[in-house]
Amino acid sequence: MSDKKPTPEELFSTIDYKASEKDWSKPHIKFKVGTYNHSGVPKNVEYLELPNARKWQPSDDDWQLPDNWKEIIIDGIKERLDKFRSLKIFMDICVRCGACSDKCHFFIGSGDPKNMPVVRAELLRSIYRNDFTTAGKILGRIAGARELTLDVLKEWFYYFYQCTQCRRCSLFCPYGIDTAEITILVRELLNLVGVNIDWVITPVANSFRTGNHLGIQPHGFADSIEFAVDELEELTGVKVEAPINRKGAEVLFVSPSADYFGTPHYYTLLGYLALFHEVGLDYTWSTFASEGGNFGSFVSHDLMKSLNMKIYAEAKRLGVKWIIGGECGHMWRVLHQYMDTINGPADFLEVPVSPITGTKFDFAKSTKMIHICEFTADLIKNNKIKLDKSRNDHWKITFHDSCNPARAMGLIDEPRFIINSTCNNFYEMPENTIKEQTFCCGSGAGLGTEENLEMRLRGGLPRANAVNFVHEKHGVNLLACICAIDKATLPPLMEYWVPGVEVAGVHEFVGNALIMKGENERKVDLRGEPIGEPEPELEEKQ
Amino acid sequence: MNILISAAALLILILLVIVGIEAAGLEYFFGVFIPYMAVVIFLSGIIFKLIGWARSPVPFRIPTIAGQQKSLGWIKSSKLDSPATILGVVGRMVLEVLLFRSLFRNTKYETKPGQKLVYGSAKFLWIAALIFHWSFLIIILRHLRYISEPIPSLVPLLQNLDGFFQVGVPELFITNILIVVSLAFLFMRRTADPKNRYLSLTADYFPLLLILAIAITGIMMRYFTKVDIAGIKTFAMGLVSFKPVVPESINVIFYIHLFLVSSLLVYFSFSKLLHMVGVFLSPTRNLSNNNRSVRHVNPWDKPVRIHTYEEYEDEFRDKMKAAGLPLEKE
Repeated sequence: MSDKKPTPEELFSTIDYKASEKDWSKPHIKFKVGTYNHSGVPKNVEYLELPNARKWQPSDDDWQLPDNWKEIIIDGIKERLDKFRSLKIFMDICVRCGACSDKCHFFIGSGDPKNMPVVRAELLRSIYRNDFTTAGKILGRIAGARELTLDVLKEWFYYFYQCTQCRRCSLFCPYGIDTAEITILVRELLNLVGVNIDWVITPVANSFRTGNHLGIQPHGFADSIEFAVDELEELTGVKVEAPINRKGAEVLFVSPSADYFGTPHYYTLLGYLALFHEVGLDYTWSTFASEGGNFGSFVSHDLMKSLNMKIYAEAKRLGVKWIIGGECGHMWRVLHQYMDTINGPADFLEVPVSPITGTKFDFAKSTKMIHICEFTADLIKNNKIKLDKSRNDHWKITFHDSCNPARAMGLIDEPRFIINSTCNNFYEMPENTIKEQTFCCGSGAGLGTEENLEMRLRGGLPRANAVNFVHEKHGVNLLACICAIDKATLPPLMEYWVPGVEVAGVHEFVGNALIMKGENERKVDLRGEPIGEPEPELEEKQ
Repeated sequence: MNILISAAALLILILLVIVGIEAAGLEYFFGVFIPYMAVVIFLSGIIFKLIGWARSPVPFRIPTIAGQQKSLGWIKSSKLDSPATILGVVGRMVLEVLLFRSLFRNTKYETKPGQKLVYGSAKFLWIAALIFHWSFLIIILRHLRYISEPIPSLVPLLQNLDGFFQVGVPELFITNILIVVSLAFLFMRRTADPKNRYLSLTADYFPLLLILAIAITGIMMRYFTKVDIAGIKTFAMGLVSFKPVVPESINVIFYIHLFLVSSLLVYFSFSKLLHMVGVFLSPTRNLSNNNRSVRHVNPWDKPVRIHTYEEYEDEFRDKMKAAGLPLEKE
């Protein structure tokens, strides 16, 4: 994709599932522009005190690794085998039945056989066999073992940064082998010798220092929120409060930072602000914990912990009782499956109880953090907010389950309930592409860069294709989701594969439909576009 | 290549027995020593592996969720696919182990003209895997009649069910046909599809061929090359009572069968066959989705480098003050 972007037809026609290459065990990577990410900039690698900061690029022949890099990697594998039963089990029991092979969006979109999850894992498993199993030590290649070489390492870099940790393969595996777990651990290994990508390293460094991955400093954060408050007033006539770093609030609200700096995330932010005001929630934002998203989880368990720690620390400092988290994907993987373990116990907080409905969120009694969709669904169910669905009538909506809320949490019906309560036109995509079987946007886990665009368009193909199905069948013109990476990366994906479909967060519909006390008559939605009537071009389509 | 190596390995195993029995007269070696050794390696291998797995902790609770979580009371949660309780996990595991539930989900997709991807159900792998594993289990249980006296009542029951159609003398066991057909299918699907051929290793073909050879030699003994069943029973009883005797009358094909079974036992804990035990320990399946209500403890948890609020405020104090944000220290 260096000079001219291929048309969708051209790109599609290059996908070949025939596995023309016969033997995966001989590594050879061509770093084709458009299919890989740039390396981490030395300044930020150093700032994070990670090893081997230097100027290099994946396409270089010489990666300037430490002399004993092999030893470091093999020792690293050993350490992780001792720390993670998952790794041991996943290395030992795969039968290569192939059930996972065509479940990966990168395989479907690229046809590259090493993107079959089973083979991706074999890239590590072959080294494991060679150095850690009896059969591999005795039989070598016959047992599927191979020696760790620089080419193998390059292959790891290429393919473990072509995995978005979406866990769709794990769903279909008869033993639940989880490629995300393997990917996280291989990325840890690569980082031991200073092999990483910038769109992970720099966001992590930013999050570490400023509290959010965009590097927005506290005054910038306050400006954005103030700006949003003003804009909301312009749109609705209602002036809302949006307290920041306020001690003694009942609730701390943490959302992905793109919500206050990106579009279309921004309209979701307006939705949150309107909702919290309308129900009179006693809450605060935090500049220190101004990022729910956790880029650390794309590098290592340590950095995940290091960044996640800010949420509980800030909850404690501000003296809140419990926490609500905004719309984000991998953020919720960390919050739901890791936070309590890595930074808990949150014994200084209280079991979340909605001050509006009185509902006790027992399912979060240990973590003390709930998802905004859980909060809002409860409000709607208890008739605590007035909604005018017709204000979303200009949208024909479908819902993309974000990988992690679906497969790490099981947050499936809550967002659908909210959409159905705030919108009249909702259409599901085909069942093999939604809910627990949802397809990734193709850009998660740090892969959402410009330089990796071809691979992202390939990886996003299955999702785009399912959207296209409802676009053609029902005239769907809006793809709803609850993930910041989705909101950033689905728009270019739609523009490429399914032009005419916009992207929005679920709380944007809430903000549109919400009847606020003292509001002006709403003529426009939160995007400033006229409400209540479908766009003319789409009417023709039906 | 992978297939050739597997076939060659199998052939060598078979030739070893034939030469050993027919030429060298090593009946005691192949009939007594090897089976004992195989059982010892099999059991100790599994125990060794289990201890190895168990020694590594499960630092995080990472189930793969396949259904609605238990959250708000009025939303129906999926008790098996998103189990919030131990009972749910047990149910999920039972269905996984006995009925291969995840494999049942399997889909296939096709590309259609006009850049379209279409997904459909794909149950053949699931059906073949289920038939193979259950046939194998029933066949193994049927073999109890050779090593027990009196024979447990389960065995005749299984035999009656298995020989339900009462075709031929001795009556035909359905599982005998099913295991061969399913193994043949599982072998063919690896070779027929370019994807599967690409991902298959020698270690995938070899056990299929080995078990196929075991099945075929067993079938030959039952239906074609008649063997001295009474003699085999005496021999088998001798083995299990640790008073081994090697009768004269046993055909070489029995030794081949026995040696291949022994090979399978030895091979077991050095290979992917460990999935039989490992599946129970898979943390994406055997943990409950109660992460936010019950804290999971990581035994090796350690402090990491952090950036504290104080350090943060120190760096940005002036800017925060100018923006009117509250401060800890003025």
